[in-house]
Amino acid sequence: MSIFIDDELCTGCGNCVENCAFSGIEIIDNKAIINENCSFCGACLDGCPVNAILIEREEFKIEKIDLSQYRGVWVIAEHYKNIVHPVAFQLLGKGGELAKELGVNLTFVILGADFDDRLEDFSLYGPDKIIYIKSPILKQYYSDLYVEALSDLIIKKKPEIILIGATPTGRDFAPRVAKRLNAGLTADCTGLEIDQNTRNLLQTRPTFGGTLMATIRTPNSRPQMATVRPGIFQSPERMRKKTAIRKIEYNFKEEDLVTKIIKVIDKERSSVNLEEAEIIVAGGRGVGSKENFEMIEELAEVLGAELGGSRVTVELNWLDQDRQIGQTGKTVSPKLYIACGISGAIQHLVGMQNSEIIVAINKDRKAPIFNVAHYGIVGDLHEIVPVLIEEIKKNKNKE
Amino acid sequence: MDFTLNEQQKMLKKITREFAEGYIAPVAEESDQNSKLDEKVFQKMKEMNYFGTCIPEEYGGAGLHDDTISFCIVTEEIGRVDASWGITTGVHCSVCAYPIYKFGTEDQRQRFLIDLAKGNKVGAFCLTEANAGSDAGGVQLGAVKDGDEWILNGSKIFATNGGIAETLLVVAKTGEKGSRKELTIFIVDTNTPGYSVGVKEDKLGVRASNTSELVFQDVHVPQENILGKTGEGFQLSMKILDFGRISIASQCVGLGQAALEASIKYSNERIQFGRPIGRFQGIQWKISDMACAVESGRLLTYKAAYMCDNGMDYSLVSAMAKLVASEAAMKAAHSAVQIHGGYGLMKAYPVERYFRDAKMGEIYEGTSEIQRLVIANQLLRKGANIL
Amino acid sequence: MKVFVCIKQVPGVSEVRIDPKTNTLVREGIPSIINPYDKNAIELALTIKEENGAEVIAISMGPPQAEEILREALSMGVDKAFLLTDKAFAGADTLATSYTLALAIKRILKSAKNKKDYLVILGAQAIDGDTGQVGPELAEELDIPQITYVQKFELKENKIIVERIFRTEEVVIIETQLPALLSVLREINIPRFPTMSGIVDAYTKKEVISLDANELKPDKRKIGLNGSMTEVWKIFIPERKAEQIIIKGTNEEIAQELCRNLKNDKIL
Repeated sequence: MSIFIDDELCTGCGNCVENCAFSGIEIIDNKAIINENCSFCGACLDGCPVNAILIEREEFKIEKIDLSQYRGVWVIAEHYKNIVHPVAFQLLGKGGELAKELGVNLTFVILGADFDDRLEDFSLYGPDKIIYIKSPILKQYYSDLYVEALSDLIIKKKPEIILIGATPTGRDFAPRVAKRLNAGLTADCTGLEIDQNTRNLLQTRPTFGGTLMATIRTPNSRPQMATVRPGIFQSPERMRKKTAIRKIEYNFKEEDLVTKIIKVIDKERSSVNLEEAEIIVAGGRGVGSKENFEMIEELAEVLGAELGGSRVTVELNWLDQDRQIGQTGKTVSPKLYIACGISGAIQHLVGMQNSEIIVAINKDRKAPIFNVAHYGIVGDLHEIVPVLIEEIKKNKNKE
Repeated sequence: MDFTLNEQQKMLKKITREFAEGYIAPVAEESDQNSKLDEKVFQKMKEMNYFGTCIPEEYGGAGLHDDTISFCIVTEEIGRVDASWGITTGVHCSVCAYPIYKFGTEDQRQRFLIDLAKGNKVGAFCLTEANAGSDAGGVQLGAVKDGDEWILNGSKIFATNGGIAETLLVVAKTGEKGSRKELTIFIVDTNTPGYSVGVKEDKLGVRASNTSELVFQDVHVPQENILGKTGEGFQLSMKILDFGRISIASQCVGLGQAALEASIKYSNERIQFGRPIGRFQGIQWKISDMACAVESGRLLTYKAAYMCDNGMDYSLVSAMAKLVASEAAMKAAHSAVQIHGGYGLMKAYPVERYFRDAKMGEIYEGTSEIQRLVIANQLLRKGANIL
Repeated sequence: MKVFVCIKQVPGVSEVRIDPKTNTLVREGIPSIINPYDKNAIELALTIKEENGAEVIAISMGPPQAEEILREALSMGVDKAFLLTDKAFAGADTLATSYTLALAIKRILKSAKNKKDYLVILGAQAIDGDTGQVGPELAEELDIPQITYVQKFELKENKIIVERIFRTEEVVIIETQLPALLSVLREINIPRFPTMSGIVDAYTKKEVISLDANELKPDKRKIGLNGSMTEVWKIFIPERKAEQIIIKGTNEEIAQELCRNLKNDKIL
């Protein structure tokens, strides 16, 4: 495999240099030169206005698989103590859109022991089919059983797209299933689209800690698997729909397990539920002190909102860890997000930019938070927030 | 001629920087205010081998005895976050542990060096007295022979690490030859009866490093604790200080570097008259001058280290390195405070500490004036071609 | 017992920045580092070595410059280091990477007395790609059990007992036998610093062994770009333009205007 620049075509415009995330191209003497940093990702090809970049791949006799054998969109659920992780329903929402675009069925797959009574409820989220893999031992999550049951099923049914929540569980079994099937898997996606011409799934995900976005595709093989970050897509409106239900009983035995669960410990459940909050009021460094946070809390209170903060507020001990929003904290998408004194570092933005309405209050007009804000207020939050609290109270009283 | 560090040196620099920023920097301010080194950092420094950087592995060191450039790099990186630590390990290694390795007997290495290299004991070099500062020949602390032992009486002042050290190199007067005093260096275990620590000095800068008065009242030291030969103390002291100056120079390079980095950061951040102050020529000139001075000091320091490792006479260059690096650090710290304006005077910014710490470099282990004297004496005697 | 640690060289992500003027990546002076999670993996391996006796072997796939992180691993106390480097390995996604790593592990195990007496440890994810997929894929390739997102570890005779996070609120204690693969979280330990003598040893007494495609004899369809099912179609800097309304006025006017707008948007 090698990469070439056609010197005759290259105009030295430098587009490729800007498109390269790895510093793999330089312009020397007005021509692009590939250096040893190149990872052959191909990101430069599309940006070249004169098609001067060529990647040559060695051709092997790879059995060309017939992509058209693969049809349908699957969502695989996970659960704990019979509670299905909400990301599964969010994926049914997005999966439904993708299935519609492709003109195929949407299938909901769940592995468990006690879901017989719940299947009807699941059908309200819009799947055309439900596959329920039932075995008493599947009350718990076991990687090896999930991998075995799912791989068998996928080989038989040949879906073209498989969506899984990017939770510790999803990210545990999905790669192993992908390896067994030799299928492409993209981790932690935040955007999913269909390329109508090729039926390829365009999977967009943050990389380099959210500084860059990468769109990944799996052009030559099926199924296309993706784990998807919770909190990105909305659960669909529930509605009655005719759903085909298929139950597959497995007789997995305790002895078959390669890993045994000895004990399950519940940590004290955090009362903070940022991911599902409709309104979030968040503070950043600009709040100034732990004492000043009381004002932010009061704003949250009058709005019936959940309180959150940027990483620095947690580091400074103004807020508890479980309230941190951003790349290393929670990803949220409330209806309203009010950012007070948050400058909007990229690591924070990736955690909240999907919010429906974003309000930013900041002193510095140039702060990047204003680039994502729908309503921007440039000024001192210590003066504005108290006035805003009063105004909201007034509004509430009128109602 | 090759100015690049080798891979091992780059790794030592990188790891020491990470360590220094991770462990030493967070408590540097507090240590300065308490005038005391942090105990936890002390333990970590021990584990990391920083007390035995320039000592061979067989004596518990890191094995960098033939690589003084590495010792410079390590001392520089430590000094970059905290001059007090730079001095403490720098002095311990360069003018106590290293001389015992270099000039000591195998028995002395076994008895003293291993504990020093492992950091189980701290070392100090004691020359200065009330009437013997720049004039090292003025030593009054006397040692009188008594059978197989020597009995020491007198006191030392301004001994770096003095109050925390358990192994001392003590320069004592053992006789007189005409008008010239005969000096001898003794390795003294501080648990010996008759030894006590006097006043702990309250200093302007490098406050966390210990500087103490040491009192010797009938301290019995066995003959086998003499470093080198009886009567060779003056010449040996000069050799020890040649190496010590490389260490001081390195620590000053680190301090200058820190002042420069703080100034660059501040100049880019601080907005006045609608733009970062770094856009103003007045600031730019300061930054250039600081960088040139610090880099000159660094190059001379590395050159002295290189000459030392290659068996060349590095006495002149180490004096130059110490002079240039310490004055560069002072200059850089001075400019750094000026660039920071009012904030530079505040404890909230580290440049305030750099400013106080930097002054030490121009004074101890030979003032700038003494370095100039040493340099000029050599040049006037041997000519400029010795460089 | 052999403990393999698979490590990756990554750019110090916290220092990757976008130049707001040109909207391009600022690449100057970004250092390459050991993926921070991988340091925890190394630390765990070294602890196992100290407590139970083991040979710790670090493996990294990457360009020749990745030797630096293997030297750092050796400095920390790792016994042997292997660098899998070849142009043919470039462009690998997680499938191709896990295949290549597995080849190296199998090759090293060939000379081992007990071919089942081993453990593979990885960091839970790399900070540049954040996929966390190589671990499970490598376990599948080696056909051994996997436990991911481990935050506590214990080895009792051939049994491994670990604590794995399941969700933020739940922790599962799992037991398995050797051989096995673990991926570890940052919480599991605090990685040690290499000591000065550790660094000297790493450069004077230990070596980094390079293995290329000739030595690993891979199925060429499974390495590098050819072995990758996924491909990067494009990389872009996220656009963050919202339709903005900057609300101006006195504090009271601002508050009223904002409330009016939010009501129109049916949020208040």
